[in-house]
Amino acid sequence: MKIIVAIKQVPDREVPVRINAAGKWIEEADLQFAMNEPDAHALEEAQLLKDKHGGEVVVLSAGPERVATTIREALAKGADRAIHIECDDLAHRDALGMAQLLAAAIRLENPDLVLTGLQSEDLGMGQTGVIVAELLGLPCATLILHVDKNESGIEVKRELEEGWFQNIQLPLPAVLTIQSGGNKLRYATLMGIKRAKTKELRRLAATDLGVASAPVVSLEQILLPQKQKSTQMITGTPREAAATLVERLKTEVHVI
Amino acid sequence: MSGILVVMEQRGGRIARISWEALAAAQRLGDSANITAVVVGAQTEVFAAEVAARAPGKVLRVEHALLLPYTPDGYIAALQQLIQREEPAYVVFPHTYQVRDYAPALAARFGQVLISDVTAISEVPLFARQLMQGRLSGAYRKLGSGICFVSVQAGAFAAESASSVTAGVDLFTPTMDAAQIRTRPGEPYRAAAQTVDLGSAQMIVSVGRGIKSQENISIIQELATTLGAEVAASRPICDAGWLPMERQVGSSGQTVAPKLYIAAGISGAIQHLVGMKGSQCIVAINKDPDAPIFEVADYGIVGDLMEIVPALTEAVKAAKQ
Repeated sequence: MKIIVAIKQVPDREVPVRINAAGKWIEEADLQFAMNEPDAHALEEAQLLKDKHGGEVVVLSAGPERVATTIREALAKGADRAIHIECDDLAHRDALGMAQLLAAAIRLENPDLVLTGLQSEDLGMGQTGVIVAELLGLPCATLILHVDKNESGIEVKRELEEGWFQNIQLPLPAVLTIQSGGNKLRYATLMGIKRAKTKELRRLAATDLGVASAPVVSLEQILLPQKQKSTQMITGTPREAAATLVERLKTEVHVI
Repeated sequence: MSGILVVMEQRGGRIARISWEALAAAQRLGDSANITAVVVGAQTEVFAAEVAARAPGKVLRVEHALLLPYTPDGYIAALQQLIQREEPAYVVFPHTYQVRDYAPALAARFGQVLISDVTAISEVPLFARQLMQGRLSGAYRKLGSGICFVSVQAGAFAAESASSVTAGVDLFTPTMDAAQIRTRPGEPYRAAAQTVDLGSAQMIVSVGRGIKSQENISIIQELATTLGAEVAASRPICDAGWLPMERQVGSSGQTVAPKLYIAAGISGAIQHLVGMKGSQCIVAINKDPDAPIFEVADYGIVGDLMEIVPALTEAVKAAKQ
């Protein structure tokens, strides 16, 4: 089975983010980046399928030069080869524009299965996989925790709301968006990291993919979120803060 | 092109609250008279009547045997035909898992992008939605002509109470073929019998990624025991298997509204907030002063939960003596 995993490099969730001077995006200069966590689970699911059924795992990512470090990480974890769509204008592409780029690159590969995370940790639109499926004319299922291959295609476990699940049968080729937590992520081994350096990393220029559509939605401004409540911030040493909080819970909230 | 379609969703045989909220959001975009609430399914009569009693404008039943059970292929095919006929200015959805499954593809079919998970609508219109896991908010605008597709987040718009007039109900029968539906969905099921009912808990101590390791969960348990509270967690903790799934609060877990909710080491991504922001009193403990959890907190302590939680346990013990 040939599986393409679309991964995104996103700002590391542990690192503070600042709004840039134009107020249209975040300041990227001093930012650290990491692999989008749901995409890491998509990569893991692809590798589990390959471990069981053989085949090839190809990672695909779009973005500027910095994205190559996340691609290398995926190769170190065991992906067989990679495709990097080089583009510096991610912030100006909407979800459709982004999906068009990915779909164009996927079309060249003719895979059996396309996996990606259910959403990104930065924009959180949760749409890329679904739109890619639409553009490729493939069946799609979202919020998938587990994939089993069978004679007529794949059976997937889909998460519904409030603790419910559902199994769905799909023919191949298909596109799935993977939910976090369905599998345990493997770490890159030292050998894996060494091998990653010799694996094929194909670069495609976004301009060569023949995708040229103007965005239909734009991110006009980025703001700090509005407070929904007035929060009493309690300061002091841990012991002082704890004592003050308990006092408030007693006298103001009446729960102790 | 001035109409607004609102695609209503049912859950457990009733219109889900979030659908009424989507209907309320639609009223920010245009006149009530131009709003059509859309119900989709194989037998929609009862469902349509429930909507008609509260909907401001019209109700449209999109009915076909192939629309039950839900499949993305079926819904996209049916709604595409409806949208082509109606040529609305807006199509509004509740931001549910089901909508996430098909609405982005439906929008793409019209060359559009769904503006998803919207929390507020202001003039122009500008659509606010969270970025960076709730650490920032973005204002999105629809460019050019064409239909604007929007989904609204749970709890962001106040659902209107009953309307005084009953809306008229029309029927739309899409042309569909069984071969169009490529996926075969099974019956929904629960992993295990739910033995923990967090929904009725008076107090909850909830833990997130900030706890760092499974061994540290014990300090959360001690605080909960001392308070007489239930232990809960955000998704990553249950994903890691540090606490059972049935203790998860958020869109994929339980929705809670206790008198006291202590969020320790939880940053406050939207998926968690929708499950707990109805709590009467929220206490947030987090090392990051910019963590979005503080936006919904009544009391906040910035610091290391490994120090604050044990101190809190001691303080509660002292207060109870």
